[in-house]
Amino acid sequence: MNISVLAVDDSRTMRDMITLALTSEGFDVSLAEDGEHGLEVLDGMAPDVIITDINMPRLDGFGFIDAVRARDDAKSIPILVLTTESSDDLKSRARAAGATGWIVKPFAQDKLVRALRMVTG
Amino acid sequence: MSDPMQEIMASFFVECEELHEALIDALQSMADGEHDDETINVAFRAVHSIKGGAGAFGLDDLVSFAHQFETVMDACRSSELAISDELVQLFLRCGDMLFDLIRCSRDGEPCDTEASNGLITELSAFAADETDDGETEEIDFQPMTLSLDDLDGGASPASEPPGDLPDLPPLGELPPLDLPSSASAAGLEVRFKPEPELYVSGNEPLFLLRSMADLGHCDIRLEFDAPASIEELDQTSGRLTWHISVDTESGASSVEEIFEFATGLCQLDITAKEEAEGEAANDLAPETTSKTEAVPSKPEAVEPAAPPTAAPASPAAPKPAAPTPVAAAKSNAPAAKSSSKASPTVRVDLERIERLVNLVGELVINQAMLSQSIAEENIPPNSPVAAGLDEFMQLTRNIQESVMMIRAQPVKSLFQRMSRIVREASAAVDKSVKLVTEGENTEIDKTAIECLADPLTHMIRNAVDHGLETTETRLANGKSKQGEIRLAAAHKSGRVVIEISDDGGGINREKVHSIALKKGLIPEDAVLSDGEIDQLLFLPGFSTADQVSSLSGRGVGMDVVKTQITSLGGRIAIESTPGVGSKFSISLPLTLAVLDGMVVSVAGETLVVPLNAIVETLSLTESDLRPVGPNQVVLCVREKFVPVLDLGKELGYRDALSIEKGAIALLISPEEGALVAMLVDTIEDQRQVVIKGLQESYGRVRGVAAATILGDGKIALILDASDITQSASGVKFDSQKEAS
Repeated sequence: MNISVLAVDDSRTMRDMITLALTSEGFDVSLAEDGEHGLEVLDGMAPDVIITDINMPRLDGFGFIDAVRARDDAKSIPILVLTTESSDDLKSRARAAGATGWIVKPFAQDKLVRALRMVTG
Repeated sequence: MSDPMQEIMASFFVECEELHEALIDALQSMADGEHDDETINVAFRAVHSIKGGAGAFGLDDLVSFAHQFETVMDACRSSELAISDELVQLFLRCGDMLFDLIRCSRDGEPCDTEASNGLITELSAFAADETDDGETEEIDFQPMTLSLDDLDGGASPASEPPGDLPDLPPLGELPPLDLPSSASAAGLEVRFKPEPELYVSGNEPLFLLRSMADLGHCDIRLEFDAPASIEELDQTSGRLTWHISVDTESGASSVEEIFEFATGLCQLDITAKEEAEGEAANDLAPETTSKTEAVPSKPEAVEPAAPPTAAPASPAAPKPAAPTPVAAAKSNAPAAKSSSKASPTVRVDLERIERLVNLVGELVINQAMLSQSIAEENIPPNSPVAAGLDEFMQLTRNIQESVMMIRAQPVKSLFQRMSRIVREASAAVDKSVKLVTEGENTEIDKTAIECLADPLTHMIRNAVDHGLETTETRLANGKSKQGEIRLAAAHKSGRVVIEISDDGGGINREKVHSIALKKGLIPEDAVLSDGEIDQLLFLPGFSTADQVSSLSGRGVGMDVVKTQITSLGGRIAIESTPGVGSKFSISLPLTLAVLDGMVVSVAGETLVVPLNAIVETLSLTESDLRPVGPNQVVLCVREKFVPVLDLGKELGYRDALSIEKGAIALLISPEEGALVAMLVDTIEDQRQVVIKGLQESYGRVRGVAAATILGDGKIALILDASDITQSASGVKFDSQKEAS
């Protein structure tokens, strides 16, 4: 069974890149354009893992993680934050919101894949 | 286009332009005084996304610029930095620079690093002024290192963990771990004690242990810190500790890498094997400073979900807080597949669309030919063939309109470029200018948008440089200090009208007249109406600036603007009121490939007059015409006198004005409010014609816009009606005003 990933990012380029990086590795990728959209998508599926951007319109990454962690059907899904900042502050905020881990953009494909495999077993 | 990365990169640049548009929009709102959070957030996100994508493609110049830009904007976002007009202006200039950098990156051209570094310095100065807590990173953003370096997390203590503990998996799912065997010399001893927060962070001890096994053979021992009684067992306290003895050549860092996401959520001690045997200190792993980053536990935030007895279920095996949703998820997964199509757009090569447009053009011609042959066969109109043909015509038209809509784009991007021109131009001549845009969502053909950039740039510069007065003059004339340039687009009766107006001093007609005289562009004794004087601006080589300014006087005059507009099938008109301002109106056909035309015949020639140029058609009777002077007549239309020109004579098909009984007059409106009657012999048909350009082969021919192929296969010229009326001999536009 392929690992299913929900990638939430407002940048089309990023979504394209994530899709490219992951589908070739056998992941099933679903996409959402912002946190609100991500939550809508979660209504219809429960991915094995979620990747989310932080800076997004409508509902940002922190808010999105908060909302996911508050949902009984999704609270234990591993969530990786995709961030351009490697600052500790950002990581601790992501952690506080309930993120599982983080990937620093620009990401290398192998690293992303490894991190996803790691958190999904 | 086969390389997916290339495709993504191409789409990235398209996205960049959209993002840049959003950025400039937001900055413009900020310049207009909107300093709310969302506006600055939008601007920030735009730059941030550009940076993110640029990093992925290793576009270093773009990344470092965007980074500094974003850093200062972030300071505004968090209210560390007050938003001043000065800062917004700097942001706007940075926005312009960002645009240049995007362009350069896209086209693989070298960037103006001097300019961008200058702006970076300005940005840093702002950042340094306001934030001296050392957080203003200089450009240390490292784009695209394909190493593992950026996985080393400087984690910090997590605070409140949300939610409750996940359910435990059935025992049957517990992992088969390697059995102990004899330890080899090289290896590490790892002590891993998860804090309760680890279990709710989505991290999974089991997976971490499995990853450890990737390093080498592992002996894993679980230590369970059993409570004295079952009542004391608090599920939210971490009572499990794993001791992992791994045979590996790798160093402590590879273990840290595995536990990266767990840093701050666990106690992690890594020691080399030999030393660990003697309970020695872990000097060999000095990097593990984060090992005892215990997390302040907030048990009240954690609701026990599993019964307490479940926690110590099996002391001998690791107790994974496994994610449970997997199974539940799969059944619904296909439903979410549709969301993969996040953006409802498709990128298509312009070339393909061009081909489609050309094919549709051929289809229209073919359909016309078919219609003609069927008409010639005298097939009754109620026959199936005729009915089918009607439907075919309707479909052809629908297809043609749909295809044209593919090419249509809002003028917004064009207008945004103009806001930059206004900024730069007003700074160059030290005038305060505000650009007001209207109708940004008006769509016109993509080709037209591209072709309009130069003429508009020129006209905007002219408006700033010559149109608007200096600040002193404005104040002296009781006007506001800030001049206003209005750029508006709208659809008007089948054409797109773009207006560039200013609230400046208006055209100085006296000066224009005397310059034209001086340059010998008009004869000494010429008596010109205001409208005619305005038209002098379009004469080649005309420049009213006292000195050639760096801004608009580069030898490119309004004549070039006019030529460019005309080549798009458009026309340009001027209105100007002294002391109040000037307005240039550009009117363009909606599509550049097909037009609705009236097929007329004049002196035996078949011609096509664009339908949108025709206001009205009249069948002439003798009483409608009034002679004025020996060789001229005017037409009386509803008590207004309209100048008359004979198309046959104007085009040189016949020598003299011939007004036969039953002749037809097409009322043409070459510009707002003016009317001219154009005489033709008969109207043949009204139909769509495909425009076939002539200029490439023949250059510009006065009065002729293009050619087309008619249903019978003949070629007919498409007239440029306003060109004919403007250059017609003996016709004055304002004669109508005089007459009425």
